[in-house]
Amino acid sequence: MGNKKTTALSGAVLAGVMLALSACGGGGGGATGEVAAPPADPKEVSGEIKVLTQRTDLVQNGTLRKYAAEFNKTYPKVKVTFDGITDYEGEVKIRMNTREYGDVLFIPGAVAKNDYPTFFAPLGTTAELSKYRFSDKTEVDGKVYGIAQFGTANGFVYNKRLWERAGVTAWPKTTEEFLAGLEAVKEKTGATPYYTNFKDGWPLVQWTNNLGVVGCDAQAGNALAGAVSPWKPGSELNATDGLLYEIVKRGLSEKDPTTTNWETSKALLGEGRIATMMLGSWSITQMQDAAKRAGGSADDIGFMPFPVQKDGKHCAALVSDYQQAVSVHSHNKPAARAWVDWFTEKSGFAEKEGVVSAVKSAPMPATLKDFVDNDVTFFDRSEAKTAAVNDIDEAAEIGLNKQDYRQKLIDTARGVAKGSLDDFFADLDKRWDEAAKTAGS
Amino acid sequence: MTQTTDTAPEGPAMTGRSSTDEKTGTGHGRPRPPGRRRGPTTARARSWRDAPLRRITPWLFLAVPLALLITFTYVPVASMISYSFTDWDGVSPRRENVGFDNYVRIFTRPELFRVFFVSGYYLAASVVQIVVALYFAVILSFNLRFRNFFKGILFFPYLINGVAIGFVFLYFFQDGGTLDSVLAWLGVSTDHPWLGDPTSANVSLAGVSVWRFTGLNFVLFLGAIQSIPGELYEAAELDGAGKWKQFRHIIAPSIKPVISLSVILAISGSLSVFEIPYIMTGGATGTQTFVIQTVKLAFQFNKTGLASAAAVVLLLIILLVTWIQRRLVPDDKVDLV
Repeated sequence: MGNKKTTALSGAVLAGVMLALSACGGGGGGATGEVAAPPADPKEVSGEIKVLTQRTDLVQNGTLRKYAAEFNKTYPKVKVTFDGITDYEGEVKIRMNTREYGDVLFIPGAVAKNDYPTFFAPLGTTAELSKYRFSDKTEVDGKVYGIAQFGTANGFVYNKRLWERAGVTAWPKTTEEFLAGLEAVKEKTGATPYYTNFKDGWPLVQWTNNLGVVGCDAQAGNALAGAVSPWKPGSELNATDGLLYEIVKRGLSEKDPTTTNWETSKALLGEGRIATMMLGSWSITQMQDAAKRAGGSADDIGFMPFPVQKDGKHCAALVSDYQQAVSVHSHNKPAARAWVDWFTEKSGFAEKEGVVSAVKSAPMPATLKDFVDNDVTFFDRSEAKTAAVNDIDEAAEIGLNKQDYRQKLIDTARGVAKGSLDDFFADLDKRWDEAAKTAGS
Repeated sequence: MTQTTDTAPEGPAMTGRSSTDEKTGTGHGRPRPPGRRRGPTTARARSWRDAPLRRITPWLFLAVPLALLITFTYVPVASMISYSFTDWDGVSPRRENVGFDNYVRIFTRPELFRVFFVSGYYLAASVVQIVVALYFAVILSFNLRFRNFFKGILFFPYLINGVAIGFVFLYFFQDGGTLDSVLAWLGVSTDHPWLGDPTSANVSLAGVSVWRFTGLNFVLFLGAIQSIPGELYEAAELDGAGKWKQFRHIIAPSIKPVISLSVILAISGSLSVFEIPYIMTGGATGTQTFVIQTVKLAFQFNKTGLASAAAVVLLLIILLVTWIQRRLVPDDKVDLV
């Protein structure tokens, strides 16, 4: 029945269909440049907006719905629905290939800064948004495209009881004092002094938040934009990653890093089986909850700044969490902007979660009271050149905001990966510098 | 008997047709196709009406599966091949053609060879897997007590979801976990972190792979062995052949196609192993395989173009290996009877 002819025909049709379909797709255009300005009259704004969030826990336990109800008291005609996404980065990156990615969303790390105008509506000029922290992170050509949800300070979350039993009551002022403190914890209490959370990996990324803390330098992030050998002796990364290396090398971390577990680590810290973890200040409330559930009290959990002092004072870098943006394809931009503004300024979310509010004039949260009382200098780390830094980072495949190279660092410290610390840093420097030469072009 | 068929009318089709001339013919007992009863005009109308429907009916049935196949397999593969010639990052509207640059970069990267060493562990494990599966298939194809129970136990691991297996074995290999406890009962207490260093971790993960896939090979071999006629074994025993000679000369040749299929699957499986190491170690500590590296390139470092090129390279390698294997061990049917 003309077998060869039908096979050839169907093959041709299939090929044609495949080529046609692969040619389309890759949408996401249509940026009108229209600013998503805050609405003039709260009573008049109407529409239904969808907010994408990675906090599936808050969606499920109804917390976000309560915020929406609160929001409706000021803006009665706006209906807010939430879409909780577990794998936020992966899924939203794919959704942004279409026009359907909610009305309000957090800017995923995968989007290049220069592409922000294609995907998000501008929220105003830099001057208009100067009351918010971290606005330089999303500034492109003088317009700002995102408002930070909140900020977080870096430091070590620790179990106060264990450190007291080890005889350390004041915060260590140098890395050597810190390591000595960990040794004391190990000897006198038998608990694991430091838990790396190697397996889940993302807690290792928190070490990058320490950038700038050694020299109290707000420009530390921007300083990486170039062939600058970021791990050379005397640099920020050399000091912070070097500390992590020493902790693991001296046996002050858990015995088998490959079987760590984030969820259990919260309970372990609360129970006093592990003493310290490097996490942002967002974790304090979670650790306090875990301590209460383990039968202890919230006071068992403390937060100490990075063990380095400049002019006799500790420094803490404030880093932006996710930035909220309004989709450029949204049909209800004023309503979306109303939500973003209300959530950042009036919802009380930052205070409740114990994190730093994005509004510059707001006070520090209660969780950072110790820092405030002890005169820790806070500085907003500038993100003006983050796009260039990320380009070099990705081209070099090191991943300052990924866990891979720090996992390899820990393996090197444990002795399962070959090489010394100097070799490791030299290799990272080499790759960074080479990528810096090509990434700029 | 024939008499009645001769005189009886040949069904309703015959009675209504008076315009035929075959009625007067000699072929009374022969059954006639109904179409020939009709005149020229009605014959043409019948074939015009029912042939198109008959021709497109199979296509109508195939329409849905074909649509799914094209949408979810062929279009993505075609897209992936086209991405491999660009420097796309997965989300940006800008996509620039870079020609074969991605392919060149893959072949000049030293990390590539390292991940193939890891695949070597899985390849060695597949050899063990095939041997073990063949052994059990031969034993359990003869009459043995509790045969079906053993077959069930051997096949059961293949039915479990890979992610679940990954998590279960994480607890198994944990410090003080199941493996350490069992060894302690036997009096052996090692302080060895099973997933702690590259060699040990790779061997452990390869072991998990063997546990998982032996059942599949076993069932394939069992099916093939059971198709061998039983008289051959009797004849061989009468001739004085022992079990090993029976295996070598009867069983092995007749299941050669299945063995060669298993080898192809083993090689392509060890090159593209992903699930178990990704769940259990995330590719850390020297357990990173080629596919894990590709996934990390695509989704962590946003190098969709390079990752697509890596996937195409893997496909080509597997095709090449299959072609070589087919050339070395041709797949001719062995006729034993």
